[in-house]
Amino acid sequence: MKVKVLCRNPDDYVRETTRDIQRVPRNYDPTLHPFEVPREYTRALNATKLQKVFAKPFVASLDGHRDGISCIVKHPKSLSTVISGACDGEVKVWNLSKRECLRTVQAHEGFVRGMCSRFCGTSFFTVGDDKTIKQWNMEAPGYGVRDEPINTILGKTVFTGIDHHYKEGTFATCGQTVDIWDEQRSSPLRSFSWGVDSFNCVRFNPVETELLASCGSDRSIILYDTREAAPLRKVIMKMRNNTLSWNQMEAYYFVCANEDYNLYTYDIRYLDIPVTVHMDHVSAVLDVDYSPTGRELVSASFDKTIRIFGKDAGHSREVYHTKRMQHVICVRWSADNKYIMSGSDEMNIRLWKANASEKLGLLSAREKAAANYNKKLIEKFQYHPQVKRIATYRHLPRELLRQKREQREMKLAQRRKDVNIRKHSKPGSIPVVTEKEKHVVAVVE
Amino acid sequence: MAASSSLQKTTLSEGSALAADEEELPSEDEPAISASEDEEGSDDERKHNKLLEAISSMGGRKRRKQNERSEASLQVSEFFVNAEGTGEKVMLSDLLGTVEKTPGTSNKTKKQLRKLENSKDTLDLPLNKQETEKIQRAIAFEKTAQEVALWKTIVMNNQRAEQMVFPLNQEPLGPKRVEQIVAGWKAETPLEQEIFKLLHNNSQPVIDPILTPVEEASLKAMSLEEAKIRRAELQKARALQSYYEAKAKREKKIKSKKYSRVKKKKKRKEFLKQFEEMVKTNPQAALEELQKIEMSRMKERMSLKHQNKSKWAKAKAIMARYDLSARKAMQEQLQINKDLTQKIVVHSDDEHESKGKELETVPDFVNDPEPVIDSVNPWMKGQLTCEEPEVSCVTPEDAQTAEEENKEEELLGEFERKRRLRQADEEALTPAEEKTEHASEVVGEDVVEIADNDENDDKEEEEVEEEEEEEEVDVSEFNTLFKLMRREKTQEAPEVGEELLEGPNRIRNMEDLEVLDEGLEPQPIVAPSLPQTAVVEATSEPTNKKSKEIDLNEVLTKEANVIKVPFLPTVVEEEHDEQISIIKEAFAGDDVISDFIKDKRKQEAAGKPKDVDLTLPGWGEWGGVGLKPSRWKRSRFTVKVAPPPPRQDQKLPDVIISETRDASIGRHQVSYVPFPFANTDQFESCIRTPIGHTWNTHSAVQKMTKPNVVTTMGAIIEPIVKEDFIKEKTTEKTGTKHSSERKQRRSRKRKNKLENE
Repeated sequence: MKVKVLCRNPDDYVRETTRDIQRVPRNYDPTLHPFEVPREYTRALNATKLQKVFAKPFVASLDGHRDGISCIVKHPKSLSTVISGACDGEVKVWNLSKRECLRTVQAHEGFVRGMCSRFCGTSFFTVGDDKTIKQWNMEAPGYGVRDEPINTILGKTVFTGIDHHYKEGTFATCGQTVDIWDEQRSSPLRSFSWGVDSFNCVRFNPVETELLASCGSDRSIILYDTREAAPLRKVIMKMRNNTLSWNQMEAYYFVCANEDYNLYTYDIRYLDIPVTVHMDHVSAVLDVDYSPTGRELVSASFDKTIRIFGKDAGHSREVYHTKRMQHVICVRWSADNKYIMSGSDEMNIRLWKANASEKLGLLSAREKAAANYNKKLIEKFQYHPQVKRIATYRHLPRELLRQKREQREMKLAQRRKDVNIRKHSKPGSIPVVTEKEKHVVAVVE
Repeated sequence: MAASSSLQKTTLSEGSALAADEEELPSEDEPAISASEDEEGSDDERKHNKLLEAISSMGGRKRRKQNERSEASLQVSEFFVNAEGTGEKVMLSDLLGTVEKTPGTSNKTKKQLRKLENSKDTLDLPLNKQETEKIQRAIAFEKTAQEVALWKTIVMNNQRAEQMVFPLNQEPLGPKRVEQIVAGWKAETPLEQEIFKLLHNNSQPVIDPILTPVEEASLKAMSLEEAKIRRAELQKARALQSYYEAKAKREKKIKSKKYSRVKKKKKRKEFLKQFEEMVKTNPQAALEELQKIEMSRMKERMSLKHQNKSKWAKAKAIMARYDLSARKAMQEQLQINKDLTQKIVVHSDDEHESKGKELETVPDFVNDPEPVIDSVNPWMKGQLTCEEPEVSCVTPEDAQTAEEENKEEELLGEFERKRRLRQADEEALTPAEEKTEHASEVVGEDVVEIADNDENDDKEEEEVEEEEEEEEVDVSEFNTLFKLMRREKTQEAPEVGEELLEGPNRIRNMEDLEVLDEGLEPQPIVAPSLPQTAVVEATSEPTNKKSKEIDLNEVLTKEANVIKVPFLPTVVEEEHDEQISIIKEAFAGDDVISDFIKDKRKQEAAGKPKDVDLTLPGWGEWGGVGLKPSRWKRSRFTVKVAPPPPRQDQKLPDVIISETRDASIGRHQVSYVPFPFANTDQFESCIRTPIGHTWNTHSAVQKMTKPNVVTTMGAIIEPIVKEDFIKEKTTEKTGTKHSSERKQRRSRKRKNKLENE
């Protein structure tokens, strides 16, 4: 006789260990789970709210400098090490994880204008107002030994910026001219000049390592190739650029921080129009840095805020500010894409999370899955007005808000005026100039 | 004077320009001369100078002494030798004179030189510094732009990538494969080295293969002969297989209907042949086959698959009047049905031509016993005897007249009916088993039925004879089979007499067998069920057989579902009319327009705010059942609400615009189509697909919620490295070479493999 019995595979319902969660067999029949859109919408809304609840970007503040911070440099090989230079010529080496200063050096008399670390992370260079370039060992000297530079080069003029080649032992400085130096020599290998004005920033391309770009005080950005005899091309903009940063994943993009409150992303092949104009700051942008993934960029501004922009986004996705943070002079994105360091006028270095609501530390698989799901939900429902409203709202200090509104007003007025002028003039006589085209004066070959 | 000097200057400049044009040939000569001079000693130099002096003294013109005195100060620099003191400049005309005399130079160059000589134009000034720099810059920029543009594809791919994991070139985590580890491992310590040396010396496996080299070697040592034979066998088999495969492939590709039809026919024939064989050798299997056929036939009869009920058939029926091919298709379909349902008859159809002979030849164990054996049954007797004379006269004269056959058929049908009735009466006495048998057979087929009846009759007659009831079933089923067989055989040999053919069906004894002809091989199995007397009644049988066959046909045609192929368009029109009438019927009594108006009124009324009645009955006056508050009070305490704003559809008579749109939902709705989406449908479909685990499987959720950028905390993300992504042209070349080599190697390997096989 055949006896029919229900037979189940224990693998389907028995958990492997008692610490596992109970296995719940699911039936995915859509009729059993109705209202998927409203339910997901609610989840998305909740996720958005939670994201705002957990958005606590400020991690730490490193104090110790006795003057405004003028520059910050990441260690190329160690995430926890950061070097900062101040306006009184002092250079400090910090340990971020311990949040303490490891070493203090009086590097220059006057400002420390620029710093850079060697690609191998064994030493770093500083330039200051005292017309010197100094190379320092990354490791602190032993107890009782005076901290002295490995090498000092005395220049003829003041150097305002320095950057090191990403693969070779050469570095570039800027001042009256852009000079390419060999580490072993006391005079520049070559110097580029185009016009008479001085430069305030020079940066090597991290991917195409022979390329470099500089910002001049004549409102220009000049591209160079160390293999070529002459500079490549010059773009003149309406206002001066303070700094620029190369995208380290996409070789031909760089972004420059302009005095006209905007940032401009350029494709070096097509310099006549910037690829993107990043607007939102309400005062001059002083520094900019790409994230190591090349997907985002962070900017520091004179308006006492830090803003994070998407690579292609015209407006910022995030704004960081604190009551005590003054004009932010320099900003850097950490090499693991998780933190942002900012140095400001009031002598503090601040450490921020790059993703304000991200949970730091180890995540369990379920936490990770939940985070991913929430992120995707917010992304999916980002156009819904309620979600959008919550997700994009940022608190701004009153003064800042006032400035922002004022500027918006001004911009609208200008636009209105343009439209009116166009309306009352012969059709076609006044061309429509896009926002991108507005800011470039000329491209000089 | 001044003019002449200026002229000289221009010529000079011309000369210098020419010199530059002539690819610096003189400059090459100069160092050689100086070198030779250096080699000579100072004595030689002095001699040479003397010689020069002598020569100069011989000439009329005397050089100024000053020139010979060389002062280091002005003319000789640290870096170059000044040629100023050596003498006057060489004129172009001087050079040209020698050129014209030399035989090697072509006329063309001479002409060119002459032209140059004559021309008085000055050369352009060299570009100024700014211009040259500009050109330099432009060239340099082009170069770098091209170089940088190499990144374009990579950048685009990264942007489009669903997920990017940073740092980019990570070593894959997790366990490595053993081979990878082993490949990278080397014996380092002296102990390890020693062990490896030992292993190698004894040809022991290092990486643990299944067989040691020694074992492999022993395996390889198969005798050559054996190997050869085996290989030949294998080769042959492979070749055959490949032929067969190729053939099958070729045949599979043929789409011709004709071919397939022919093929099918062939198959059927083959099958029949096989079947015949089987009947002889393995009747049990044959029976099974037969049952199978029967089954398929039954199925076909049950289903409407090849009849006019399917959607396709209906569509075709509509199309048929326009389209010849549709008509054909339908007919084919019907033919299929016919074929399937008439499987047994098909053969008889084929043999219609030889019906007359066939009639004679077909064994009729079915009917023959009746007249003689059924002596007990007066019904049967009478009928058969009536029939007999008719048939006897018909068969010899013209057996092929269909009308007669039909008549006979009808008659026979009557007989059978009556017989069946009678039988039922009789069988009430016989065991239950038999009854069930018959019942089942009645359902199946008439032929079988009849045969059975005959057998039963036989049984009734010769109960004494050894008849096993189990056998009976088989036999009855075999009857049909045998009829088939017989027919075919008769086709082959139509000359054979009726008697001979009839006989076997009735044979039960060995003696009978001896009497009969050779064509009786299959009979032994059937024999037991046949009465001995069968041989005698030969004359009456053919007619029966004939009638039987026709009867079968009739039955089948009755059951076949006949499709009406419409040839007139009126039919379709009728359908249309029908539809319209249906719609009319459905909406009969509905006045849609008035309904709509009513509906609108109702909605308007519902939208109007109602007056609020605040009267309190009994307040300030008498209240109770049947008492209403006073008119004054009512008018005093009813609050009139201001009329609402005019409805949106006030002036649109045939539209209702709902005024009750929920604004609270609107706050949550997207009012525009966001950027990446082209239209509303796209956006809605995106929103409609859930991504959560409530609606999706685990893996699907994981896939859908995959983050775009993955970074690891504490991992430094280095800049993208050019060497990893962009190959230099030279390396590409080598790469292609490598790949081509690899290909060659692979093909060689494949060849080897084939050979080995």
